[in-house]
Amino acid sequence: MSLNNGNSSPRLKVGLAEMLKGGVIMDVVNVEQAQIAEKAGAVAVMALERVPAQIRAEGGVARMASPVMIRKIMETVSIPVMAKCRIGHFVEAQILEQLGVDYIDESEVLTPADEAHHVDKHLFKVPFVCGARNLGEALRRISEGAAMIRTKGEAGTGDVVHAVKHMRQIMKDIRELTSMREDELYTRAKDLQAPYDLVRMVAKEGKLPVPNFSAGGIATAADAALVMQLGAEAVFVGSGIFMNSSSELASTDEATRRAKAIVMAATHFNDPKVLLEVSADVPGAMKGLSVAGLPESQLLQTRGW
Amino acid sequence: MKIGVLALQGDFDAHRRRLEQLGAEVTLVKKPEQLDAMDGLVIPGGESGTFLKLLGDEGFAKLKQFVTEKPAFGTCAGCILLAKEVENPPQVGLGALDIRVRRNAYGRQLESSIREGVFNHKPIEMVFIRAPKIVHVGEGIEVLGTEGTDPVLVRKGKTMAGTFHPEMSDDKAVHQYFLDLVAGQR
Repeated sequence: MSLNNGNSSPRLKVGLAEMLKGGVIMDVVNVEQAQIAEKAGAVAVMALERVPAQIRAEGGVARMASPVMIRKIMETVSIPVMAKCRIGHFVEAQILEQLGVDYIDESEVLTPADEAHHVDKHLFKVPFVCGARNLGEALRRISEGAAMIRTKGEAGTGDVVHAVKHMRQIMKDIRELTSMREDELYTRAKDLQAPYDLVRMVAKEGKLPVPNFSAGGIATAADAALVMQLGAEAVFVGSGIFMNSSSELASTDEATRRAKAIVMAATHFNDPKVLLEVSADVPGAMKGLSVAGLPESQLLQTRGW
Repeated sequence: MKIGVLALQGDFDAHRRRLEQLGAEVTLVKKPEQLDAMDGLVIPGGESGTFLKLLGDEGFAKLKQFVTEKPAFGTCAGCILLAKEVENPPQVGLGALDIRVRRNAYGRQLESSIREGVFNHKPIEMVFIRAPKIVHVGEGIEVLGTEGTDPVLVRKGKTMAGTFHPEMSDDKAVHQYFLDLVAGQR
């Protein structure tokens, strides 16, 4: 007998995120990459038209991927398939839900479709993940219905520095809340620009009410273990596996070895012996772009409100 | 009583919390050698294919030996791992239970659901997330839980497997049953 009702949906949405913990979600642009990801032990794939490094290099408007390509990937792999919609583009989200993807990433990597509003994610049965740079942003997304939060980092760079910055910021914001008096939480909620009820919940529990993953510039096994040690519960890896630079693809062998190493690192993130073994197994890493050298106008992380 | 929770990937922390609420001493197991000190093992939900990659040949052999000798309880991906036969697509299993399990049998995430089933003759909430189905039950397998006409929780001897997630509901009865089994009271 089904007990599905208005209250069961958030539990099912967060429930799938719980199943992904300790795992690696990999960006893929075609069936071949999806197969490499699944064989390497990815817990899910993110189906995209272009990986963030390519989007960054090629410019233009980045939109939801072709449903035909997403469907082919859904037919190929048995792990969950996620896809991105533009910030605020609730019709792209409706199309992705109709297609039957397992998770939607309302993502700053694509060109935003709305300069003030995000998608009202409560209206959907499919769960959403959203990026955040700090606790206020994370809680605004959760109040809109996001069932998973990921750090934004700076996607497509292969530079982990802002994934680290955002994870540290979120964890620090949470620690601060837990040491506050009840009557201080009202003002803190105002400062965070986040709903008071969620602020109070985080102050009480000492953690976000949904899983907290990391993304944006993770390129090596060591990067993955770094964000996990800082508190991430799983990692998203994009360009770092399949790209050597923003235009050059890694060979299948290279990509496979990188993917396997990152999968091992996400599980054994606290074990330097394993991290050494898996790091030694990988020929090289994406050349990458230093985030510090990027002009403000090229940052993706400032998209989202 | 020392209970291990296989913590390679998945919702192992939800199982840890539930088992600790029930008074068990819990170890998160990431290395095969940690199994030696355990009286029983829970294999959580997650991605069963990922578990297999992370176990490797050595870990798989060690785990297989453990589940033939000691009590084990698998939920969702854990149920898939404990099965003798896996389909959609075919995948190697530990063979601890003579069941055939079909992965993602209900469909994708949009078909995930919370339902009321029966466990040990009592109604119980069951959370199914991209869940498998037990499509064939072999000889000597006891059906402990059903949802509609489907067997969703089975046992043989000291091995239990369920296709739903009792760690995601408030009801502690299923985990208590497993702890009783480990203690030799079932």
